Amino acid sequence: MLELQNVWKSYRVGSLGSKRLTAVRDVSFSIAPGEVLSVVGESGSGKTTIGKMVLQLISVSRGSIRLNGQDITAARHGERKEYYRRVQGVFQDPFSSYNPIFKADRVLETVRESFFPGVKRAEWSDKVDQALLSVGLDPTAVLRKYPHQLSGGQLQRMLIARALLLDIELLVADEIISMLDASTRIDVLNLLGDLKERGLGVLFVTHDLSLANYISERVIIMRHGAVVEMGATGKVFGDPRHPYSRNLLASVPQLHRKWSEDPVDLEDLEPDGDRDVAPPALREVDEGHWVAA
Amino acid sequence: MTTSVTPDADVIGKRSEHLYFALRNPKVVIGLTIVIGLLLLGVIGPFFLSGSPNEYVGPKSEAPSGEFWMGTTYFGQDVFAQFVHGLRSSYVVGGLGALIAFTVGLSVGFTAGYRGGLVDEFLNMLTNVVLVLPALAVLIVISSYLEVRGIVSQAIIIGLFSWPWVARAVRAQTFTLRNRDYVDLAKLTGKRAPQIIVREIMPNMASYLLMSVILLFGGAILFAAMLDFIGLGPTNAVSLGTMMQQAMAWSSLHLGLWWWFVPPGMAITAIVGALYITNVGLDEVFNPKLREM
Repeated sequence: MLELQNVWKSYRVGSLGSKRLTAVRDVSFSIAPGEVLSVVGESGSGKTTIGKMVLQLISVSRGSIRLNGQDITAARHGERKEYYRRVQGVFQDPFSSYNPIFKADRVLETVRESFFPGVKRAEWSDKVDQALLSVGLDPTAVLRKYPHQLSGGQLQRMLIARALLLDIELLVADEIISMLDASTRIDVLNLLGDLKERGLGVLFVTHDLSLANYISERVIIMRHGAVVEMGATGKVFGDPRHPYSRNLLASVPQLHRKWSEDPVDLEDLEPDGDRDVAPPALREVDEGHWVAA
Repeated sequence: MTTSVTPDADVIGKRSEHLYFALRNPKVVIGLTIVIGLLLLGVIGPFFLSGSPNEYVGPKSEAPSGEFWMGTTYFGQDVFAQFVHGLRSSYVVGGLGALIAFTVGLSVGFTAGYRGGLVDEFLNMLTNVVLVLPALAVLIVISSYLEVRGIVSQAIIIGLFSWPWVARAVRAQTFTLRNRDYVDLAKLTGKRAPQIIVREIMPNMASYLLMSVILLFGGAILFAAMLDFIGLGPTNAVSLGTMMQQAMAWSSLHLGLWWWFVPPGMAITAIVGALYITNVGLDEVFNPKLREM
C-alpha cells in the first residue's frame, strides 16, 4: 500500500543554509493494509522525520514515497489534500495538537469544512458521534469542551476519531502514547489493534520496545538515520542480529531485575560517521529479516 | 446537574471574560473614555464650526470667552475651531499610520516567521535595516522634498517607519507557534498557509496584536506632533502639532497667549497618556497574574 523507496532527508542548517544535516539515510520499507509497522530508535535516529515525511509535512530530499503506486512527493496542493483523505496522523503531545483557545471539537469541524463541505449538519453530527463511539468516547462528554477540560487519553482518541472521519488507509501514529499515563496507554494501544483489524495500516513510531512488541507485526530499528534491522517482530526481538538491536533489547527495564544485582552490559557500537555516504547495505539473514552489515 | 452546567458556563467563557474584566478595569475605562471623548469632539465638532479654521474671524489675541471658547490667535483665528480640526487630523494620522505600520509589520512578521529559511533571513535583514535607520533624519529629508505635505502623506511616511517592532515581535511569536502540532494538524486537513496563519496562529496572539495597535496609534500621533512642531507638518491642514508650532513661531509664550498652545499640548499629552493607560489596563485584562482583584 504505502512504499518508501531509498528516502533521504537532509536539512539545511546554519546561516544562509551553509551546512547540511542528514536526518534520514536511504530508508526503504512498505506497509500493507491491516499491518502495524513499528519504527523504533533513539532520539535523533530519524524516526519522527520518517513519520513527517510520510505525512508530507516535510519534503523528501531524495527517493520517493508511493501510495498504491502513486508518487506523492511531488504532489500539488489539491493532490495532497486527496492524499490526506487516505493518510492521516496523530502526534505525540495531545495538548499541543489542539489550539488552546478553541474548543477541542474544532478539529472535527475543520475536517467537515475541508473535506465534506456539502454534508448537512445533522448528517455530519451523526457521523461525528459514530466516529467518537468507535474510539470509545462518549460524544456528550467530549463535545463542546476546551482541550484543557479533557484528559490526554480523551484528546488522543478524539484525534484518532478525527482521522476516522476520513476514509483513511494509513494512520501515522508518532509516539502517540508516550505522553499518556500507564492506565490510558493500553486503551489507546488496543484501539490501534482494533483499527488494524478493520484493515487500516498503522505506522507506529515509538522509542518503547515493549509497545512495539505488543502491537506490531513488523518492526524497523533505526540508528543515525539509517535502518539497522528490520523484520517480523518475533524474529527481530527473538533473535536480534545487530549489536545495536541487542543493546536496545538489553536496555528495556524489567520488573524483577535490579541494577545492583545484574547491571546491563552493553556492546560497543560504531560511532556516528559521515552521514552523507550510503549506510551499510541490508542483508537478508532469514526470511523477511534484514540486518545492516 | 453539575455536568450539564459546567460546559455551558465555559461556552460563554474566554471571550466575554476578557470584555468583563476590561469593562471593570479602571485603567481601561479611564483611558478609553479620554480617547473616545476627544475622538468624538474631533469627529462631530467640525460640523458645528466653520469649515476653514484658519479664517480670521475675531479680534486679535483675545483670551477665552463665551464667544471664542479657547480665545483667538495673534491673528484673530478661532483657537477652538483649530483645536477641533487639529484633533481630527491627529486621529487620522494616528489611525492611518498605525494601520499601515500594523499591516506591513504583520505581513513581514508572519511571512518571515512562518516561512523561515532564506525568506526569513532576507526579511529579518530588511526589518533590522529599517529599525536602525535614523527615522527622524530620513523623515526630514523626505518631508522637505514633498511640495504639498498633507495628513495622508505624513501618515504614510510614519507608517512606513514604525513597523519593524511589530514585525520582529510577530516573527518571534510565529516562530514558536508554527511548530505546534495543531499547525501540522491543520496542514493535514488540507489548509493553506494563509488560512493557517489567520485561523490558527493569529488568534493565539490576538491580545498582543490589539495592544501593539494601540501603541502604534499613540506613537504615530506623537511622531506626527514632533514633525509638525519642527515645521514639517501638513501645509494644507491644521493639526495639533502645527498649532503649537504656529504658537511658538509667533512668540505666544512671551505675549502670554497661553490659550493658543496649552489646549493642543494638553490634548496630545492626554491622548498618548490615555492610550498608554489603556494598554497597561489591557495587560492586566489579558494576563490574570497582573489583575489586582
